[in-house]
Amino acid sequence: MPEKFDCIVVGAGPAGTACAYELAKAGVNVLLLERGEYPGAKNVMGGVLYRKMMEDIIPEFYKEAPLERPIVEQRFMMMDKESAVTFSYKGLEWGREPYNNFTVLRAKFDQWFAEKAVEQGALLVCETVAVECIVENGRVVGVRTDRPDGDIYADVVVLADGVNSLLAKQLGFHREWRPDEVALATMEILKLDKNIIEDRFNLEPNQGCTIEIFGDATKGILGTGFLYTNKDTLSIGVGTLLSGLIKHKIKPYELLEYVKNHPMIRPYIQGSEPVEYLAHLIPEGGYHSIPKVAGNGVLVVGDAAQLVNAIHREGSNMAMTSGRLAAETIIMAKAQNDFSESMLDQYRMKLMESFIGQDLKKYKDATHHFETFPQYFEQYIPMLNRAASQMFTVDGASKWEKQKKIWRDLGSTKQKFKLARDMMKAWKVMK
Amino acid sequence: MMKAQTIEEKQYLVRFNADTKSHLHVLDPNICLTKCPDKICTIFCPASVYKWEEVRMHVGYEGCHECGSCRIGCPYENIQWEYPRGGYGIVFRLG
Repeated sequence: MPEKFDCIVVGAGPAGTACAYELAKAGVNVLLLERGEYPGAKNVMGGVLYRKMMEDIIPEFYKEAPLERPIVEQRFMMMDKESAVTFSYKGLEWGREPYNNFTVLRAKFDQWFAEKAVEQGALLVCETVAVECIVENGRVVGVRTDRPDGDIYADVVVLADGVNSLLAKQLGFHREWRPDEVALATMEILKLDKNIIEDRFNLEPNQGCTIEIFGDATKGILGTGFLYTNKDTLSIGVGTLLSGLIKHKIKPYELLEYVKNHPMIRPYIQGSEPVEYLAHLIPEGGYHSIPKVAGNGVLVVGDAAQLVNAIHREGSNMAMTSGRLAAETIIMAKAQNDFSESMLDQYRMKLMESFIGQDLKKYKDATHHFETFPQYFEQYIPMLNRAASQMFTVDGASKWEKQKKIWRDLGSTKQKFKLARDMMKAWKVMK
Repeated sequence: MMKAQTIEEKQYLVRFNADTKSHLHVLDPNICLTKCPDKICTIFCPASVYKWEEVRMHVGYEGCHECGSCRIGCPYENIQWEYPRGGYGIVFRLG
């Protein structure tokens, strides 16, 4: 191993591997470090991988990548104790090329993706922790690993070290995350016969469905549950802000059990066999939490830069695009042999101009708003369920009478004004 | 009845390659004892790594998912959190 590379990428998740792939393809001498036994060994996600951003890197990857199912239906359940109002879109155009998104199992997918980067010429070294950045004269010049004689040097280091991002913190790019800037997600992979999956979710072979669950999945605290179909497994999980778990003193795995046993969910997973249990943090601070992403000789990508759109459960796509934009910037910097912050800062500008910066800006106040005002999840979702039940129950009362009852259920005039105000406020933070 | 209901049963589903020394350290045990009645890490840790044993915090690092919640969620910033050595710790096989 030469002791100096053009670039060291720390972390072989979607962001780091995308970056290493693009760099290697352009002939840059790149080292991809991974602390796990293999890429994916430390990585967790609900499981939705977006076609467009992946195809920006590897066209037609879906012809060979280990994917589970292309998603043809996305459901959203507003769930109460024993009812749910469900909204769904199903479109067969998502089931054929060019596809919209896929479920994946990360341990398989990340290994495949890293292997593709290696094919392009990246050097992948696993079982190696980058414990700190080596800083000389105010610039990052390499990383110190936990291997004997483990200092490695490079013109530029890309921090793709995930949500905990200890290296960016060490550089002072961000303070420690607050408990309301991260969501703790727990999930299980449940083995279930593929025919049963297709029957229960109304799917043909090689079609998939995602269900996002709001409301009672998190006992009213801010967060979501999810249930995704893989080939012959289901991924079921629940994520809430860490601050929510702390405030309500809830054990995350008990919340997961609550979701699994919820009468609206249980029939989907009945008879399945749990085969893996996983926990992971999701950076959900959004726009306001994006740290410094470029410094002298260093860039930050993916979860490490808080690039997650929690409202649309998008993260892997932002990771890949940020990795790709970092690579573009590095290639430009290399051509001019200038790895200073002012040069590398072009990455930040590209990031902010892309859908990543735009979308995070759009929802910059959303998480905070829904955390500050818990009534949306605690009161309005049950209210919506009662209204639907009232309207669709045929009991001899006239529809006008029913509308009156629903109107009364909204509470006093004062409460109705509050509801109207809350809807306006929700519109404002989401529009 | 659903399977793997308890955290112990869930943890049996996971592959761990535990190092001989811990990557998690309570910095000042006295803070847990005297200042922290809630001992909230014993609640929110998704792997139930932290267990209060009368006067001290037992840290079962061998079952850690390396999520980072304890480092961020400890109200006294009393947990020193590092990654396990390369190749050690949790090994996800699927998700």
